[in-house]
Amino acid sequence: MSTMKTNLLFAAILLSVLQFCLPVNSRAQTNEVATIGFDDFLPLLSKTNDTLYVINFWATWCAPCVEELPHFEVANKHYKNRKLKILLVSLDFKGAKDSRLLPFLQKHDIQCEVLHLYEPDANQWISRVDSTWTGAIPATLFYRNTQRLFTEGSLTSQSLNQYINSFLNP
Amino acid sequence: MLLLGFLYSGAQGYQPGGKATDFELTNVDGNTVSLGSMSDAKGYIVVFTCNSCPYSVAYEDRIIALHNQYAPKGYPVVAINSNDSLVQVRDSFSAMKQRAIEKQFGFPYLLDTDQKYANIYGATRTPHVFVLNRENNDLVVKYIGAIDNNFEFPDSATEHYVSEAVEALLSGKEIITNATKAIGCSIKRKKQ
Repeated sequence: MSTMKTNLLFAAILLSVLQFCLPVNSRAQTNEVATIGFDDFLPLLSKTNDTLYVINFWATWCAPCVEELPHFEVANKHYKNRKLKILLVSLDFKGAKDSRLLPFLQKHDIQCEVLHLYEPDANQWISRVDSTWTGAIPATLFYRNTQRLFTEGSLTSQSLNQYINSFLNP
Repeated sequence: MLLLGFLYSGAQGYQPGGKATDFELTNVDGNTVSLGSMSDAKGYIVVFTCNSCPYSVAYEDRIIALHNQYAPKGYPVVAINSNDSLVQVRDSFSAMKQRAIEKQFGFPYLLDTDQKYANIYGATRTPHVFVLNRENNDLVVKYIGAIDNNFEFPDSATEHYVSEAVEALLSGKEIITNATKAIGCSIKRKKQ
């Protein structure tokens, strides 16, 4: 019995030491996720350069959004040498940024750039993202210069790649 | 164009001014409810909602308040859950029953199996409100959209769209805002 206790104690000490030894999360930006209103966000929807912007609207509470996030992470790595920029726009509640959003990004080691868009009066801005958007998430806007594509609903890794390739390799 | 084919289009469904269809759906008390069965109503506040969505939860007390305020005046709330329980288990029929008891819903909370009426109405997210008015033998859609313009902090809302629409109907005035958009959880459709 006492051996078991000793073993447990040893395991506990080992665990706590290990925690300190683990590398600090490579994603330094978790503390730097900006919370912005729609006026500051709007210019990001109409940049004029050769980059393809993939702007995904999601939230930690949205199960289908969380399900498709890995596809964006994979695409972010896969197309890192192309002119492609993925932006994950979190629509989490204001009260959930510190308690849910930041821990989520840390836990899942999200490498795509993340913004927290907080503009409660959604009727004023949803249509300015895309006239067909009903407000349901997930939703994703692809654009390069004046070429645009908006999708409401979940993306598979296949459909995400198809959309990206329709811009990059038409 | 082919790519667009497999995306669900939110553009289907009702528009303000159009006619709505009645339905027969199972209530949490086991009875079948249709709009026609509530014969003394002047109209209805039909709310596509659910248990699991944080927006629905945030609006739950406001949905109850709408019913308490407007059911006596002829516009009861009728709540419908269209989420597929295989996709979201917290929206199963037994979970609905439990929530209705916990929150003492004074209005029907109906199960829309296979998203039939979400599709017909064009509800895409929760909560998604359709204010209907009885006009002769028709149900006319008078308002579609959000309850108000602040999901998180009710006291900070400056526009109370559903209240304003029902108040306009009660006083015979024109509804100023008859459609709004809001962020919400997508309705969980049955996987093919």
